[in-house]
Amino acid sequence: MRTETTRPRTPEKRAANRPPRRYLTHAGLIVFGLIMLYPLLWMVSSSFKPTDEIFRDPGLIPSNFTPENYTEGWTALDRPFHHYMWNSAVVVLGSIVGNLIGCSMAAYAFARLEFFGKKLFFALMLGTIMLPIHVLIVPQYIMFSQLDWINTFYPLIVPKLLATDAFFIFLMVQFIRGLPKDLDEAARIDGCGHVRIFCRIILPLSLPALATTTIFTFIWTWNDFFSQLIFLTDPDMYTVPVALRTFIDVTSATSWGPLFALSAVALGPVFGFFLAGQRYLVKGIATTGIK
Amino acid sequence: MSTQQRNRPEAVPTADEPRPEQHRRGVRARPKNKDNLAALGFLGPWLLGLFLITAGPLAASLYFSFTDYNLIGEHDWVGVENYTRMLGDTRLHSALWVTFVYVFVSVPLQLAAALALAMLLDRGLRGLAFYRSVYYLPSLLGGSVAVAILWRQIFGEDGLINQVLAFVGIQGEGWVSHPDYALGTLIVLNVWTFGAPMVIFLAGLRQIPAMYYEAAAVDGAGPVHRFRHITVPMLTPIIFFNLVLQLINAFQTFTQAFIVSGGTGGPSDSTLFYTLYLYQRGFGAFDMGYASAMAWLLLLIIGGFTAVNFLASKYWVHYEN
Repeated sequence: MRTETTRPRTPEKRAANRPPRRYLTHAGLIVFGLIMLYPLLWMVSSSFKPTDEIFRDPGLIPSNFTPENYTEGWTALDRPFHHYMWNSAVVVLGSIVGNLIGCSMAAYAFARLEFFGKKLFFALMLGTIMLPIHVLIVPQYIMFSQLDWINTFYPLIVPKLLATDAFFIFLMVQFIRGLPKDLDEAARIDGCGHVRIFCRIILPLSLPALATTTIFTFIWTWNDFFSQLIFLTDPDMYTVPVALRTFIDVTSATSWGPLFALSAVALGPVFGFFLAGQRYLVKGIATTGIK
Repeated sequence: MSTQQRNRPEAVPTADEPRPEQHRRGVRARPKNKDNLAALGFLGPWLLGLFLITAGPLAASLYFSFTDYNLIGEHDWVGVENYTRMLGDTRLHSALWVTFVYVFVSVPLQLAAALALAMLLDRGLRGLAFYRSVYYLPSLLGGSVAVAILWRQIFGEDGLINQVLAFVGIQGEGWVSHPDYALGTLIVLNVWTFGAPMVIFLAGLRQIPAMYYEAAAVDGAGPVHRFRHITVPMLTPIIFFNLVLQLINAFQTFTQAFIVSGGTGGPSDSTLFYTLYLYQRGFGAFDMGYASAMAWLLLLIIGGFTAVNFLASKYWVHYEN
């Protein structure tokens, strides 16, 4: 994005760029940003405070710095907290692989192939983006419990492999359509079939779209609560969000310290992916409007 | 391709979607269905998912909504009983009320904040990427259990907000445990996640040709005038897009209400969001028939509002060319 170098276009915008006004605008934006992020910063700092201090100290510097909340929280549930993080990691990894394979295949068909009923199927695919999960959850639960899949990760991963996250199909279709067709056609003339065109030409060129899919799948699946709450009821299978929720229930209000510590740990990976993948995130939302 | 075009209501079935590339180029008319077999292969997983994970369950939940089913016994056909029961279910009515208030208060506020910040950032300032990231971060975290836990603390009786208020001598309430304010804290949470629509607005603002502003400035149009007659009309496709998306999202809010109220929707059902009540009926009471009927009502509500949005868009959304 070349935003920084663009020239302001209106008198106000130029005025805003003259030194005094400019500093004022920056000061305002920074203060506002601080207010926005303050709750998060405060949570991280409070996770190093003794619990009684959390209720007295709205500041960011712990006066009695202690890592105890982390050690206490880590072992407060049936299993150590890394057990739940591992479970979350398995679900997330499976979902990413599933989305990458399932959605890119479907996207190739919609973007490059001519087939019977294409318009209808494309419309159906777009329609499923808007479908609330709540309409499907009861029959899905019944189906998965008949398959004996409750308290396994299959109900969370298999649908991704079957490309039910149509958002990503849409994103990849948009991207593949932007790739020059001459490349595929040249490959065709050289005798390549669709499988080879897909694997050797389209996929390597679609890396940005695949990266966006990976990052969003990571963040959404890591944060997802509703379906994990429903499909995982055995404490051994709990993922991070479900484990955190149990933590509120089993402990009283006195253990905000450990609760903050674990919440900070839960947000950590999302923050990391956010830092690493900002470019793709911004591009991704600007293209499709996903959250 | 401009953002306006990209953000056209493509997310809804439009007739002209799969672009007939050949027609436009008019070079070689390829046989229409020549890739049937390959398409079946590439679409195989998706088709399976469509039938097993999406369409099948969708139909099944419609069927269950006409039965009395508690997961263990038989499902007995009860006709429209689940739907008529809704008429007398006061908790359902309050869930609808709570959800509507949440959606129709928080979404406009969120979009207004998003547009205001986007316009402020679109002034050619240095460090735009930095500010954009800072404001966007809450959108990524806002739906998580961890942030909901944080919200429960900061709006609690001894929480961060009241600690700050105490500095100016105000004795605050326990906001999350007060029936009049609990919903407000969740509205604040949703407004806090204005970053995602803001990024979309920013992309849209950058598509407005500078010459419009220059011409208006030459004609002596003031900032308010330019905002009303250039920025807003040119942005309407994006405003519309954000509105549709955020409405659909907001109707489905679950995690925040569940965590903040400890799964009860309390105090006094003041945070009993529709999806939370659905969860309680379906997976607390195992009243699967009723939960299915509720799910279909939700689908109709969301579909209805989206349809109204699209119909109304003819009157206020301007597309170029």
